Amino acid sequence: MSVKKERKSAHKKVHWLAYILLLIGAVMFLYPFLWMVSASLRSLEEVAVSGMSIWPDHWRWDNYAKALTAFPFGRYLVNTVITTVFPIVGTVLSSSIVGYAFARLKVRGSGILFVLVLSTMLLPGEVTMIPQFILFKNLGMLDTLYPLIVPSFFGSAFYIFLLRQFYSRLPVALEEAAIIDGCGYFKIWWKIFLPLSKPALMAVGVMVFMGSWNNFMGPLIYINSDKWKTLTLGLAGFQGTYATDTNLLMAAAVVITLPCILLFFTAQKAFMEGLTFSGSKES
Amino acid sequence: MNGIIEGIYSFYEGIGAPASLLPLLPFLTVIVLIFAIIYTITRVLVKKRIIHTKTASFYLFVSVWIIGFLLFTVGPMIFSFYISFNKWEVVSDPKWIGLDNYRMLFKDTMFYKSLSVTFYYTLVSVPLQVILSLAIALLMNLKLRGIYFFRTIYYLPTLVQGVAQMVLFIWIFNPNVGLVNSLLRLIGIEGPGWFSSPEWSMPAVIIMSLWTVGGNMIIYLAGLSDIPQSLYEAAEIDGATAARKAWHVTLPQISPILFFNTVTSMIGAFQTFTQGFMVNGGPDNSLLFYAYYLYQNAFMWFKMGYGSALAWVLFVIILVFTALVFRSSALWVYYETEQTGRRKRRVRKKRA
Repeated sequence: MSVKKERKSAHKKVHWLAYILLLIGAVMFLYPFLWMVSASLRSLEEVAVSGMSIWPDHWRWDNYAKALTAFPFGRYLVNTVITTVFPIVGTVLSSSIVGYAFARLKVRGSGILFVLVLSTMLLPGEVTMIPQFILFKNLGMLDTLYPLIVPSFFGSAFYIFLLRQFYSRLPVALEEAAIIDGCGYFKIWWKIFLPLSKPALMAVGVMVFMGSWNNFMGPLIYINSDKWKTLTLGLAGFQGTYATDTNLLMAAAVVITLPCILLFFTAQKAFMEGLTFSGSKES
Repeated sequence: MNGIIEGIYSFYEGIGAPASLLPLLPFLTVIVLIFAIIYTITRVLVKKRIIHTKTASFYLFVSVWIIGFLLFTVGPMIFSFYISFNKWEVVSDPKWIGLDNYRMLFKDTMFYKSLSVTFYYTLVSVPLQVILSLAIALLMNLKLRGIYFFRTIYYLPTLVQGVAQMVLFIWIFNPNVGLVNSLLRLIGIEGPGWFSSPEWSMPAVIIMSLWTVGGNMIIYLAGLSDIPQSLYEAAEIDGATAARKAWHVTLPQISPILFFNTVTSMIGAFQTFTQGFMVNGGPDNSLLFYAYYLYQNAFMWFKMGYGSALAWVLFVIILVFTALVFRSSALWVYYETEQTGRRKRRVRKKRA
């Protein structure tokens, strides 16, 4: 009995220690974040003397209006939305059908092909970056949004892998009945597997969103004219021209980050679930 | 090839396709044609009973990836390898110069500089990231009240990415009004100029990288929740302390994920770009990351041949390091044997 009690008090001590550590960490992780938001709401003079404090004396909401009109925000936003929505649709559809084929249509050669898919994950993008640039140049796609969209429609190794893991775990009975009814494999994928994999597809969608929304090197290489610039390019240029207007810079950074935060909170459950499959040990 | 593209292009122009779609249409036409051909061939093969419907469907579906793989990976790899033996400034024709690009590399002081910057960053930040994210994940895995709240907070910084993150941290490390130096002043230390000092700019970037370990943490958590509770119960019966449980149960069970995170973090670190770009390589080139130097050569100075050579050296470096980690993994990564795997599945079935 006493041993149990001892262990319980030891547990309690551990829990207290854990709480203290977690709290210290939470402050360190959250503070820069809050600091950014508070700076975006201050006047420039106040930013210069604010130091550690995160409560603005005067709430300058007009910083946001100023930041958003300092560069063609609306146009950049539209471009960013285009280069985010299409890759999400493209990646989800293409990676899903390829993942489905690898998971459920085991034929001769599928194993080797899958190893090939996985091995592309090790290839750094830098090696293919220059030739891809030349390719898109020859296709006349430079300074358009297409180079940022088109490749996503051909599947991407990581998401193919993730979805294959998901599809492998669904029961075999699913397609057996459909085959008896005379369904083709395409129809089985479209009517059964695609609707069933909504949580995994959501997770893929969220990850593609984060990647495309924050993509910087792609637009930097392919886009020249103002007409097609994305928000990240806009912000980088903003940093160059308005480096001293910290408050406006922070307001712009907050605005760019906001969709990611909103999406994270709305899709949090699906996102975490989807990651569980990718991190899993099953081969 | 160019002739065909131009032919299709002028065809669409002739029938009055919208100008913004024009760059895409020749490409789209070719792709649709390719799929039509593959579809017809598999259809015929199935009808003549040479292959099964299943095989045909498999290759038809996977051809989505194969075509992309040939177009955006294999083709570019071959081309880039060829170009790395050429002098090519885009406007002129490529000129074969053999190994000269590679020879030039070894005389290029900037190449060495960018290499040392990238190694410094990778070798310091990756171990720190891996250890910190694991430590946090272990804390998060305790059954504490409000743990989901903490998980969210630790993950939040990961949402501030790339340019926005760099914009924020340039200011956090501002020598006069920045958060870090204000904090240091509280304890009576006058902080350095961080991004304006050659010695401190890299530590600043490394600290910044630690702010976003939340992504790795989430992956560990997924793995930790997969560990069968029975292993802990067995250890408890044997009288194991919390520390021993962590060392003998948690760590071996989670080691494949530790391995995964190490490899992906390392590859990511070798490819760091935005941090170098946003500060133009930093003071005294202290943040001249390899990927940024490659970008400068290829897309600012249009030295495509030299850039390709740089890319291939990076590829080899990443390959060697990944192989080293893979090799070492036999020593520290624990994979469940077939038998326990089978048992686990049985347990799962029972639960269901």
